[in-house]
Amino acid sequence: MIEVKDLTRYYGEKRAIHNVTFDVQKGEILGLLGPNAAGKTTTMRILTCAMPPTSGEAKVAGFDIWTEPMEIKKRIGYLPENPPLYSDLRVTEYLDFVGKIKGIPSNKRKSAISDVIEKAGLNEVTHQVVGSLSKGFKQRVGLAQALLNDPEVLILDEPTVGLDPRQIIEIRELIKNLGGDHTVILSTHILPEVEMTCGRVVIINEGEVVAEDTPENLTRRLKGSERTVLEVGGDKNAALAVINGFGDVLNVEVNNSKSPGRYQIRVETRSDIRSDLAKSLIQKGLALYELRAETYSLEDIFLHLTTKEEVA
Amino acid sequence: MSKTLAIFQKEMKHFFYSPIAYIVIAAFTIIAGIFFYLYLSSFVEAAFMDMIRSQQYRMPPQKFNVNLQLIRPYFWNTALISLFVLPLVTMRLYSEEKKSKTVELLYTSPLTVSQIVLGKFFAGVVFYIVMLVPTMFFMGLLFAYGNPELGPVLSGYLGLILLGSAFISGGLFISSLTENQIIAAIGGFGLALVLWIIGWAANYSGPGLASVLNYLSIINHFEDFAQGVIDTKHVFYYLLFSTFGIYLTMKSVESTRWRAS
Ligand SMILES: Nc1ncnc2c1ncn2[C@@H]1O[C@H](COP(=O)(O)OP(=O)(O)O)[C@@H](O)[C@H]1O
Ligand SMILES: [Mg+2]
Repeated sequence: MIEVKDLTRYYGEKRAIHNVTFDVQKGEILGLLGPNAAGKTTTMRILTCAMPPTSGEAKVAGFDIWTEPMEIKKRIGYLPENPPLYSDLRVTEYLDFVGKIKGIPSNKRKSAISDVIEKAGLNEVTHQVVGSLSKGFKQRVGLAQALLNDPEVLILDEPTVGLDPRQIIEIRELIKNLGGDHTVILSTHILPEVEMTCGRVVIINEGEVVAEDTPENLTRRLKGSERTVLEVGGDKNAALAVINGFGDVLNVEVNNSKSPGRYQIRVETRSDIRSDLAKSLIQKGLALYELRAETYSLEDIFLHLTTKEEVA
Repeated sequence: MSKTLAIFQKEMKHFFYSPIAYIVIAAFTIIAGIFFYLYLSSFVEAAFMDMIRSQQYRMPPQKFNVNLQLIRPYFWNTALISLFVLPLVTMRLYSEEKKSKTVELLYTSPLTVSQIVLGKFFAGVVFYIVMLVPTMFFMGLLFAYGNPELGPVLSGYLGLILLGSAFISGGLFISSLTENQIIAAIGGFGLALVLWIIGWAANYSGPGLASVLNYLSIINHFEDFAQGVIDTKHVFYYLLFSTFGIYLTMKSVESTRWRAS
């Protein structure tokens, strides 16, 4: 549905993005994750044909950004970083205007507007002037605007920025429900947001794509090793002997546990040894209070990638 | 076409939802009214004095022509006032959208640059026509109490609309260059001043230069309209001016999109 190839964009001398390449499948929700100034907005503005790239190719909904921008614009919905609202218009007036410029014929406009009012939860404010709405409602009006032409592709630039936690949850739920019918690209610098809403992530840093995968795969990929955390009671040296008896142990770290007479041991191995480890420890008469795999969060991955460290 | 109309309607709403529109209309009417009153009273006074004189000296009274001696200078003044009020109309036409980032909506919707620019231009023109409506009351007074010719009044209004359109295209261009309405307004005043000075300088310069300045002067082309003459040469000038202003606005929009901000 979206193919991006080697997009590069300069602002004057400054390079904002460099050879950005990724694909998005139909019905997918893709997270464009990166810190501030990574180039997320730049990428999205190119895909929405708000401006051309300096070089590179992209196809959105099957149309080329260079040669068929009008066809793309007919098929997308875009929520920019700042929702593009006219503060002196009423919500319905605003949506009616958007419907007109998106070319929705007048006999379908009314129902399209009531649909998005429903979807975005705007019923209680339809007759209010946009400028008088809270930040959360403004964001919803922005989202309603983007959904109005029932677009094949939705591009949402940091849709939850500046909202309070309850509003954030609501908007995320809304977005999650949009996948399937719509192909969605959503940008964010908030990691949990991607884990919660996106099927796939493109991580972008200083204008370059540094990783691209599902949130789960990215986590797995980072795990060149398995980390197991144990809480053991009994003889510490006996426990360590059991652990070191496994061939592929890379690293062992022992700390005293909060409970007296127990130790917390963190073992890093090449493969998952949890079940054998449990058996052996119990056979040696040691008490096993806890045994779990330590997962890497997307946060870890993000830090690894963006600080250019070698993945463990 | 329907999209141009959508932009046009939206702009009209911006005008009339804002108090500035009413202030501008009121100020324009009052200033035009003051000039009308001054011309009218000096006209009446002159006619009155002449009547007394003719009775004293038993001479036939002079012919006083309301079209030549009142309506013509009044229109000429209204044209000049328009130049200096219209920047307040054009200042926000584009700047406001740049500032509030609503240009992003326009540029990512299936709209052409010409639909955007023409919608805004025509909104400015129609707003100016609305501004002119209260001044028709002054003309109405003349028709109620006197016997002026209708032709010069109609051609005067046609001339005002053409001159206003030309100026609005220039003001729109200036507004498209900045996201700051105040700067757009100052630029508009600057443009009005330059256009006025050109016409004024034409009256005081040598014959060679004068013909060039006269041609460039937005205000000197108005003179025939104020006298009831519709010369296609002047109509063409105003249409050309408007087209050029619209063209520059479109180029400015396209180039800022290329540079992007
Ligand atoms: N209009 C612009 N003019 C100049 N530089 C810009 C402009 N827009 C963005 N940039 C620069 O390009 C880089 C990427 O910006 P942006 O795409 O907005 O990042 P993000 O959305 O990820 O925060 C930043 O360094 C930013 O300063
Ligand atoms: Mg951004």
